[in-house]
Amino acid sequence: MKTLEIQHEVEQFLYRQAACLDGKQWQAWIDLFAPDGIYWMPPDASYETWEGQPAIFAEDKNLMTVRMLRVLHPDAWSQRPLWETNHVVSNVVLKKIAKNGDVEVTSRFHMMELRRDDVRHFAGAYLHKLRKTKNGYAIQLQRVDMTNAQAAYDYVLQVWV
Amino acid sequence: MGHSDLSRLVEPDRVRKEVYTDAGIFEREMERIHETVWIYCGHESQVPKPGDYYTVQIGRQPMIMVRGKDRKVHVLYNRCPHRGNMICGDRKGNTGEQFRCSYHAWTFQHDGRLKNIPMKSAYDGTRYGQGNPDCDMKKAARVENYRGFVFASLAQKGPSLEEFLGKAIVAFDDMCDRAPAGEVEVVPNCFRVIQHSNWKLFLENQLDALHPSVVHQSTGRAAHEVEKVLAKKAKGGAAPLSYHMLSAFATVTIDKWDDFQTINYPYGHCILTGYMGLRPQDPDTLAYDKIMIKAYGRKRFEEIVGVNIHHVLVYPGLSVQSPLQQLRAVRPLGVDRTLTEIWHFRLKGAPEAIYRRSLAYYNLVNSPATLINADDLENFWKCHQGLASDGGDWVSLARHHGRDLEKDGAVSSGPKMGTSEAPMRNQMKAWAKYMGAQ
Repeated sequence: MKTLEIQHEVEQFLYRQAACLDGKQWQAWIDLFAPDGIYWMPPDASYETWEGQPAIFAEDKNLMTVRMLRVLHPDAWSQRPLWETNHVVSNVVLKKIAKNGDVEVTSRFHMMELRRDDVRHFAGAYLHKLRKTKNGYAIQLQRVDMTNAQAAYDYVLQVWV
Repeated sequence: MGHSDLSRLVEPDRVRKEVYTDAGIFEREMERIHETVWIYCGHESQVPKPGDYYTVQIGRQPMIMVRGKDRKVHVLYNRCPHRGNMICGDRKGNTGEQFRCSYHAWTFQHDGRLKNIPMKSAYDGTRYGQGNPDCDMKKAARVENYRGFVFASLAQKGPSLEEFLGKAIVAFDDMCDRAPAGEVEVVPNCFRVIQHSNWKLFLENQLDALHPSVVHQSTGRAAHEVEKVLAKKAKGGAAPLSYHMLSAFATVTIDKWDDFQTINYPYGHCILTGYMGLRPQDPDTLAYDKIMIKAYGRKRFEEIVGVNIHHVLVYPGLSVQSPLQQLRAVRPLGVDRTLTEIWHFRLKGAPEAIYRRSLAYYNLVNSPATLINADDLENFWKCHQGLASDGGDWVSLARHHGRDLEKDGAVSSGPKMGTSEAPMRNQMKAWAKYMGAQ
């Protein structure tokens, strides 16, 4: 496949990932991950592995499921109020294309969040390691380096960024 | 607010809402409590090398905790004596051989003493210059280090740190004793989360054994669902311990919480006794036990791991979970805003697996993407909004009031009354005393 076509396919995949989050399609979002896929948000860009270190998020699909079931539970009090997000994903750069079709891609994101009357902004860099499967790409690793990762959090993050 | 007004704010089983919402009371709290008593600054392993520093807020005072060339940890006001400029603008770093003010380049030793003033001769014949303590960075009145945990008091007089901590000192002993090497070191990351409520709501919530079953039901149930599936698949029939840590919020029912006990001490401190299944018989634990027995001998080992503590609250600013080696420092930012700094520690000499077990708790419960505290913070905000209204004047602390047991200066919740509001009553009793209301 030509690089341009791969670029297009990967971009569409990244947009779908963001759309699942903004659309609160939690299970569909989890399904984007490979069976051993990891969602990782390190506290600092210098971290090299998600294992054995503090992490804002370091979740396999089982922990993702816990998080999903929590926000869907009727007694998740903090999920009751109006809550919406809007992701913009851009600056998509292919870093590696393997012979088997797996790719590594970096991009930038900006997420605006509305909770009750309060707006917050989170922005940063994504690194996606995508595995090529017969059903399209599957996320092996989604690394999220938030520019404001080290800033004090005014309230918390309830769902993936 | 005068003495007589203050004394009307606190009754044995209830307190006035203004205690949480009045800006004038907040200022007095900062002066009489946070800027007087022993406040946790940080762990000495945060500043291993000379010149390493962390800035820290004590009450309303911006302070610097710094390691000196003399290896001592000093705590200074983050203020240049010249024009009042803050010396350190970063939260942490290494200041090198000296502090240097970014405004007019006055320099200071790590212990705050003036080192040099540029254009020194311009001060000839004035009161300013070397030897005048007004030209030094001001030091915290008192600094003490207990097993690596550094505290400062901004008041010259008062009890020593050990007197102040009393029985609550077990928080640090329990944490350090669980290390085969007898000490802990900080994991270099601090999670910081701001809540929109008064600082006291956080402390009261920490030992409110009734709230987990209500507030954290959603996460507890969610984790339990996944835990059951994983347990079925697992060889030994058990899911990873981290799922149990979360599911316990739902599976430990209210009557089980009542089996625990709170023991309340002078100065507002409190201990919650009880385990959350932290001494299982898996290979990791057994390997750790072996190392511990080698380090301490079996008798002492049994004593150490037999310490039955879930949580220690060191009033007015520290919540310690010693069996999980983590703590939360509470920094009031204003009457309705509070910052918590959350740290994790490594047991020196313990196997990696033991560190990872408590790391899972640190990440899942205490990170800014917490599965637990999201709902606490929601309640704190709602609580503060309601208290600020004119819908009522009092906050009730009456659960099991009148059934507390007093012995040797400590007040325990009654038998099978672990959910008693005894800790809140004890904190408010201490508060009233600090504030000069009694």
